[in-house]
Amino acid sequence: MSNNPTTLFDKVWNAHVVRKIEDGPDVLFIDRHFIHEVTSPVAFLGLEKRGLSVIFPERTFATADHNTPTLNQHLPVNDPLSANQLKALEANSGKYGISHWGLGNPKNGIVHVVGPENGITQPGMTIVCGDSHTSTHGAFGCIAFGIGTSEVEMVLSSQCIMQPKAKKMRISVNGSLGKGITPKDVILYIISRLTAAGATGYFVEYAGDVFENMSMEGRMTVCNMSIEMGARGGMIAPDEKTFSYIKGKEKAPEGEAWDKALAYWKTLKTDENAVFDKEYHFDAKDIEPMITYGTNPGMGMGITRQIPTADEAGGGKASFEKSLNYMGFHEKEKMLGKKVDYVFIGSCTNGRIEDFRAFASIIKGHKKADHVTAWIVPGSHLVEQQIREEGILDLLLEAGFQLRQPGCSACLAMNDDKIPAGKYAVSTSNRNFEGRQGPGARTMLASPLVAAAAAITGVVTDPRELMN
Amino acid sequence: MSYDNFNILRSTAVPMPIENVDTDQIIPARFLKATERKGFGDNLFRDWRYNNDNTPKKDFILNNPVYSGKILVGGKNFGSGSSREHAAWAIYDYGFRCVVSSFFADIFKNNAINVGILPVQVSEMFLDKIFTAIESDPGTELEVNLPEQTITILATKEKESFDINGYKKNNLLNGYDDIDYLQSMKADIRSFATVSLY
Ligand code: SF4
Repeated sequence: MSNNPTTLFDKVWNAHVVRKIEDGPDVLFIDRHFIHEVTSPVAFLGLEKRGLSVIFPERTFATADHNTPTLNQHLPVNDPLSANQLKALEANSGKYGISHWGLGNPKNGIVHVVGPENGITQPGMTIVCGDSHTSTHGAFGCIAFGIGTSEVEMVLSSQCIMQPKAKKMRISVNGSLGKGITPKDVILYIISRLTAAGATGYFVEYAGDVFENMSMEGRMTVCNMSIEMGARGGMIAPDEKTFSYIKGKEKAPEGEAWDKALAYWKTLKTDENAVFDKEYHFDAKDIEPMITYGTNPGMGMGITRQIPTADEAGGGKASFEKSLNYMGFHEKEKMLGKKVDYVFIGSCTNGRIEDFRAFASIIKGHKKADHVTAWIVPGSHLVEQQIREEGILDLLLEAGFQLRQPGCSACLAMNDDKIPAGKYAVSTSNRNFEGRQGPGARTMLASPLVAAAAAITGVVTDPRELMN
Repeated sequence: MSYDNFNILRSTAVPMPIENVDTDQIIPARFLKATERKGFGDNLFRDWRYNNDNTPKKDFILNNPVYSGKILVGGKNFGSGSSREHAAWAIYDYGFRCVVSSFFADIFKNNAINVGILPVQVSEMFLDKIFTAIESDPGTELEVNLPEQTITILATKEKESFDINGYKKNNLLNGYDDIDYLQSMKADIRSFATVSLY
């Protein structure tokens, strides 16, 4: 192969092409398919209308997460529409023999948290889900991306989707990250440099020592937000860290199958001299703790800086002004010191154990600010259990916080966890769109450290000031 | 076949010169709770279109009777964000068959074609021309010709061609979708699955 060097993306994609259509898309085989209650019901209806069945039910996994409550999960779900979707997911899974981790199941949690933690996600796979943050699974060297409901129906009925191969981009970040700089800051920084549309049409590979030194949790945070710069997905070459994360997980291969898989996984890397359609290089030392000031994830800045002017930010002036107007912010203002009403830590971006460890490291020895409402929502029951076992829960309670039950929660506010109109939230989730966290809610995206600092001071604060 | 086929569309258009229109704006998450595809058009751009008390916001373009038509013209990076196909359903159910922009988010573009909406990507310059033409006369008609892959501002005859791959074009022209195609190659898929590593 040395005379025809290929990228990691090429290797995984090419291994899954069932058919190439001339002047058309590739027919791509999908190894694992995740479904949840919101984007699957219409797909199942579609199957029925066409008289089709699920071709390989063992390759699809269902979990309920998007509109589940985060309090009193043992009680019936109040909202009749949400209850209806949860019931539909259970009924459809049962009917076609799909394993279903519904509300109350110990394996339940956010789809992109439970996939990896149960070993369903493995290097070299193609993984799809009717959810744009499916890109999370790219942290394992998978091609993983979000699809629409029509495509969910395709995968259920044929285990394939039809898409043209994306262009290839590599984003390298080298150097060492400073104190208080987390994977979330790295990805928010990248998106702020590329803009919310900067990687549209591309599949991204993240490379360089910053990602090599990152934990699997951190890699998931980075890949998770690939979609926020328009990329189809993002991936990181698997390495020893990846393999040891997977080993022993429930759905991981064992014995001979493990050895065989491992031998293959080790081949999954971009060859030297392989060519990308686009490359970016960034230096770790330029990255600060980040926070967003606008209404798309590209509108982020170092926390100590001031909000740029429309000219500095580039893009359309009218859209920029509309955005600042919505946020109630002005050009050239500082973000530090701005009042915070709500703090949300959770979501498939920052709802893993490492994120709660980071949050706890800042609040230790402090108290929650009186006027702040904090929602602390683990990504899964397994994460919740770890929070208890590691003593993080005690720490939270001591500081005046409470722990909620797992789910997507205020990330998209489909359940009761809605930020009221006009209020400011520092959120560890992934989208600051208008109304994303509730109609009229104003979202500032940041890392768990920045969220923790805001939760105890009640204003936007540089977490480094609270670190010893 | 799950939507009407698309050939030549001649219509006035609704201009929305805003960049980065994300799918959370097109259809907010709280309207994704249906288990059937029904009524999404009513909630298209819900929070831009209606006040909290459900009265229409006067300054929003869809509430301005001067503008109507089957074509929606949006600013750059239309359809970013969530993969919810509900966004495309809402646009289709409202009555649009074509969205024009200088740049589309990938997943939205895909979803649009899958539900029978033609996404037409034009140059920034041509997009500006369309906005200007509609601004000076809301009755301006556009012609979107799928067989020839062109879009024309009829009053001025200004024309630009757009890209679409041959396979998807054929689907839209005939009202077919990918599921029909995939069903026809199930034997190949089954044998592929037997050698799959996972
Ligand atoms: S946590 Fe947010 S981004 Fe992640 S799957 Fe849930 S709704 Fe989507």
